[in-house]
Amino acid sequence: MAAKIHGLKPYRIAALFHARRVVRKGAKAAAKLLPRKAKGSNLIFWLVILFLFAPLFVLLIYSFNRSRSGEWTGFSFVWYQRLFLESPDLWRAFQNSVVIAFTSALMATALGTLAAVGTTRYSFKFKSYVSTMSFIPMILPEIVVGVSLLVFFAGVGLRLGMLTVWIAHTTFNIPFVYLLVSARLEESDPSVVEAARDLGASELQTLFRVIIPMALPGIASAFLTAVTLSLEDFVITFFVSGPGATTLPLYIYSMIRFGVSPVVNALSAVMIAGTVLLVYPLRNFLKVFAAR
Amino acid sequence: MKRNLGPAYVAPQALWLTIFFAAPLLIIVAYSFLRKGLYGGVETSFSIQAWADIANPTLLKVTLKTLWVSLAATIIIILLALPCGYSIARSKNQALRLFLVIVPFWTNFLVRIYAWISILGNEGFVNQALRFLGLKAEGFQFLYNQGAVVFVLVYMYLPYAILPLFSTIDKFDFTLLEAARDLGSTRMQSYTKVMLPNIKGGVITAVLFTFIPIFGAYAVPLLIGGKDSYMLGNVIADQLTKTRNWPLASAISMSMTLLTAIAVFLFAFKKPKEQQAVKDIDPLSLPNGKTIGFFHRGPGQGKKKTSGKGVA
Repeated sequence: MAAKIHGLKPYRIAALFHARRVVRKGAKAAAKLLPRKAKGSNLIFWLVILFLFAPLFVLLIYSFNRSRSGEWTGFSFVWYQRLFLESPDLWRAFQNSVVIAFTSALMATALGTLAAVGTTRYSFKFKSYVSTMSFIPMILPEIVVGVSLLVFFAGVGLRLGMLTVWIAHTTFNIPFVYLLVSARLEESDPSVVEAARDLGASELQTLFRVIIPMALPGIASAFLTAVTLSLEDFVITFFVSGPGATTLPLYIYSMIRFGVSPVVNALSAVMIAGTVLLVYPLRNFLKVFAAR
Repeated sequence: MKRNLGPAYVAPQALWLTIFFAAPLLIIVAYSFLRKGLYGGVETSFSIQAWADIANPTLLKVTLKTLWVSLAATIIIILLALPCGYSIARSKNQALRLFLVIVPFWTNFLVRIYAWISILGNEGFVNQALRFLGLKAEGFQFLYNQGAVVFVLVYMYLPYAILPLFSTIDKFDFTLLEAARDLGSTRMQSYTKVMLPNIKGGVITAVLFTFIPIFGAYAVPLLIGGKDSYMLGNVIADQLTKTRNWPLASAISMSMTLLTAIAVFLFAFKKPKEQQAVKDIDPLSLPNGKTIGFFHRGPGQGKKKTSGKGVA
């Protein structure tokens, strides 16, 4: 025992005893004082980051390549020129994607927020049905959701197009909105709502002036999550899309599948830059996103 | 008396999900028991042909291969994601490191697949580099095999595991590791016997978040793999759009759903006893914590308190 203590540096013992006593948050601060022992995992982390970014950099370099093939023949903006000036179909697909993303996110946010308010404030008979139903679409493989919706649309005789894509996107967005908004509402103080009611606010006034403002950070992050999920989706859209409803991921898919054009490189570079510009201002909220 | 407005609030969403989620799934169940129509679709006569077709050797082989690929990719992902999550959680600059993980994660799914095609393809980056070094003139065939599919799947789904693992490890009290070391455990033991039991919830979430989407993968095997690396998702799509055997496509989808449900129930619904005990005092756990508890921070926090006591 003595030998063991002998081996320890005094500040470590002090920090340890200190850490035991203080409350959780304090304990974490104290833990930061202790010698870091994450060397091995840091090495793995940076290797993984290299692995995650390497392909993106290769695309970025290729987007400036003059030649059509993988061989480097010189620097050129020709593919960017093609992308921005000579690809009307691509921009129509982009427009479709944006329209679908915002409208489906709006619908999902409205439905999901109302349901989250309902299940956090009240208990009723079908509550577990609602929460289970809002949970399963999230974990089911995308292909099952896509196939079942396609079969359903065929069964009810709905023609595949923008409407069916919108319905599908709203459906897979609802669970994420419901989850994020519920988590936010759980953290807020229910007595504020009680107080508003006691002071004579009507149900609608309470909803729009108390509950929704309180949950706004959750609602906003839910809306943004829904927009990104919708912009990103390929598999479900692939099944439920029809003529005139090509979204950007579907368009990229057809470009990859039927003859690769280096325009994809330029488009990818633009999208990667867009992602960086979108995520960077949000970096301080990333923990919230990660915890979802 | 306060009126119970709960049903009114949830009605729109419940209605939407019932029509556009539950009903389609029920239709799939029904279709799997119908006879295949001559030109696609179904005929309204009962048949278990589709379920009999599922047991045929070629399909079984694809199922086993899909399971194998998903398991291999998930194991590799978890082994890589654990140290990554730990390293982010212990870092002083968590926001920057999360940013680095999330940028590739938010980059379009197809763009990332395409990136690997342009790196590993016959005329791709690696082969060009090899040619430049004068190593092999005719180039290697990296793509269109099982290994390439697993490799790219690992790339695609790694962030799905890193994020939940980070958020669980971040709530872990690292002084417990010090305590374990002081009480005589080796470093490895302090990770496997003290940290791992405490972050079990996060590991389960990470496994589900990677295994389930990989099991239903469609785009990666289609674009990266060859004909022999088809997975179940591709079989479903082919039966639906090419062979036009809707009952079989429905039956395969149903079995996939059942398998997913079994996996979720086995992992997520079986809660350890100590976790159950702290649920009552945990202010963050949802009233329906039973269903979505494993996504939530609540249980992890509660758990830490108890095991903290246990070690000390």
